[in-house]
Amino acid sequence: MYHLFVLAPLLTAIILNLPFRRFMKKAAFPVAATLFILQIYGVLFPAPYVRFTALADFFRFNLSADILSRVLLLSAALVLLAALLTGKHFLRHEGKLFNFISLLLIVATGINGIALVRDIFSLYVFIEITGVTSFILITLDKERYALEAVFNYIVLSAIATIMMLFSIALLLLFAGDTSFTAINAALTHGPQTFLVSFAMLMFVAALFIKGGVVPFHGWLPDAYSAAPACVSLLLAGVVTKALGIYGLVRVVTSLSGNNFVLNQIFLLVGTVSIVVGAFAALGQVSFKRMLAYSSISQIGYIVVGLGCGSALGIFGAIFHLFNHSIFKSTLFVNSAAVELKTGTRSMDKMGGLAQQMPITGITSIVSSLSAAGIPPLAGFWSKLLIIVALWSGGHYSYAVIAVVAGVVTLAYFLMMQRKVFFGKLNEEFSGVKEAGWALTLPAIILTAITIGVGLIFPFLPGIPKL
Amino acid sequence: MSVINIILLSILIVGALWTVLTRSLLRAAIALAFTSAIVAALMFRLDAPLAAVFELSVCTGLISVLFISTISLTYPLSQEEKLQHMQVRMQRFRWLPVIVVALGIGLSLMTVKFTLPALAPQTQSDMRLVMWDLRPLEIFGQVVILLSGAFGVIILFKEAGKK
Amino acid sequence: MSTELLQIFWSFGIFVIILAVIGLYCLLATYNLIRALIGLEILIKAATLSIIVVGYVTGRMALTQALVVTFITIEVVVMAVAIGVVLGIRHFNDSLDTRKIRNIKG
Repeated sequence: MYHLFVLAPLLTAIILNLPFRRFMKKAAFPVAATLFILQIYGVLFPAPYVRFTALADFFRFNLSADILSRVLLLSAALVLLAALLTGKHFLRHEGKLFNFISLLLIVATGINGIALVRDIFSLYVFIEITGVTSFILITLDKERYALEAVFNYIVLSAIATIMMLFSIALLLLFAGDTSFTAINAALTHGPQTFLVSFAMLMFVAALFIKGGVVPFHGWLPDAYSAAPACVSLLLAGVVTKALGIYGLVRVVTSLSGNNFVLNQIFLLVGTVSIVVGAFAALGQVSFKRMLAYSSISQIGYIVVGLGCGSALGIFGAIFHLFNHSIFKSTLFVNSAAVELKTGTRSMDKMGGLAQQMPITGITSIVSSLSAAGIPPLAGFWSKLLIIVALWSGGHYSYAVIAVVAGVVTLAYFLMMQRKVFFGKLNEEFSGVKEAGWALTLPAIILTAITIGVGLIFPFLPGIPKL
Repeated sequence: MSVINIILLSILIVGALWTVLTRSLLRAAIALAFTSAIVAALMFRLDAPLAAVFELSVCTGLISVLFISTISLTYPLSQEEKLQHMQVRMQRFRWLPVIVVALGIGLSLMTVKFTLPALAPQTQSDMRLVMWDLRPLEIFGQVVILLSGAFGVIILFKEAGKK
Repeated sequence: MSTELLQIFWSFGIFVIILAVIGLYCLLATYNLIRALIGLEILIKAATLSIIVVGYVTGRMALTQALVVTFITIEVVVMAVAIGVVLGIRHFNDSLDTRKIRNIKG
């Protein structure tokens, strides 16, 4: 049943590239949008798809989904839809939009694969698929800056791949097979030698590099700000999380269980990410670079949540993964709208755009408040869960640092709001009107999801009572 | 531990050192092809014939051709600059053989005591059947990444020519 | 596991580690983009050899050959994309020296 998630985008990408060029170019956008909406439907209501067992007999893939996979699938579908809509406005040239849509479908295949596999080597295969396609997507505009940023990203990502392969080789030595269950058995019941711990540490470090966690975050601000706006949206919303952070959550939940050394490493690295990201975002002039450093800070929160060692922390981390996709994508859509209408990314040159672009302004305020953790929005609940998990786990100093960094997050987002949307209107931009439907519709939908999840969350059954 | 393996491994290290330390980029690409061939020979010695053939055809053949064509497409420096550049380069790279020898001696003196766990014997001993029956997802992954690589090459190389 | 297999594993392991160090040194100490890719390629060979050695020692040669074939395919595509990017950079600048291409604003 889950084979469709992996096969359908690939089949669509192949069919779209068959030689009926003119028809395919017109059909590409609605077909891709339908596919992503079907994916959202398929994640939320999985029952009707069990008819496709004949497919499962031919393609004997070992794919299955649990709650974590479905969270990733859902956030991937939402962000892909937002990127598709943003790309429609941003990539004017007809051929470029078509290439973008084909590559977007392959990214969809890759991320769905990452979410559904049960094997550490298949995880690597789909991580590479997503990685290679996002390299190509970053260079879509052929700007000089983009090519250099992407070369840096390729080299660091390849070093991370090599480390991951070395650790897979060592784990294969002790486990005999590469599936999650075999490695879990080897790690928990096998001999606890130095080599096994070294292999796990190398694997976790490789995922840190791919996920943009400090101190391996060097490629992230350049790659996010050099890419075209629709691609930055995709990277920040789901690709970095699928490549790095999903793997870390898998390590904690399925591979190694509750390991003391790993928890300490996660706590330390996560806290450093939160602090470095927050303080670096304070001093940025370019809108997209500030959002990139803010992403590093929020990913730090997810990693800290994983290090708490309790189910509450892991739940908070997964919830924050979903929330971060939603509010960061909204902010990137707003930044794309502002960049399209004003032609600049520098926040110092903007000002007072809230009157000209009301929808963009309102959605960006709501997303900024959700990012900073203001009730009753969704971001508040996930940050609260993480901080409570830290406090009840006995890591008092880490909890205090997380709360202080939350205040710094609020500070830089308010500063961004003041610089871009409020304040004195710059005369150059007095004729600027609201961005088109394809840039406001995703912002509205994503903001509605943030507000909705935030309001419904305390009333959901099964939420641990705080 | 047979003597041939040790000889092949030593030639491998010498080949890799030659790749890194050699002056011209073109010789580095050829030395990379030589290193790939020695790796393939080692794989033959370790009972992995299919992987060795794959490594020979892909890494020794395809990647070396890619590198040599890139180097000839981006042939930059004039003779004078080249000479200066080489002397400065040797200063940075002179530490490498020292590190290699020191590491080799240090690691061989270390005695690692660990016991490898006894594993269940393998269920399928033909690599082709393993690939088709047990791991069809990898075949699917290779198809997808080749498709995405084809897209990438079209997008990257087409507009470089146009501009 | 017999001590002979352990000895084979460790002796191959020493050479794999040395090969990886050579590749890493080349990647880090060079200013030329293409030589960085050559260093990366040596690292890839070290990883390939390590998987094969593990397969020999545990007796699961079929599984590791399948993994190695997939790995080589994927890395060839990554290399091709990297070389495409290098050609694109060459198109904008005159040299491939990273000291001269300091365009990335810090």
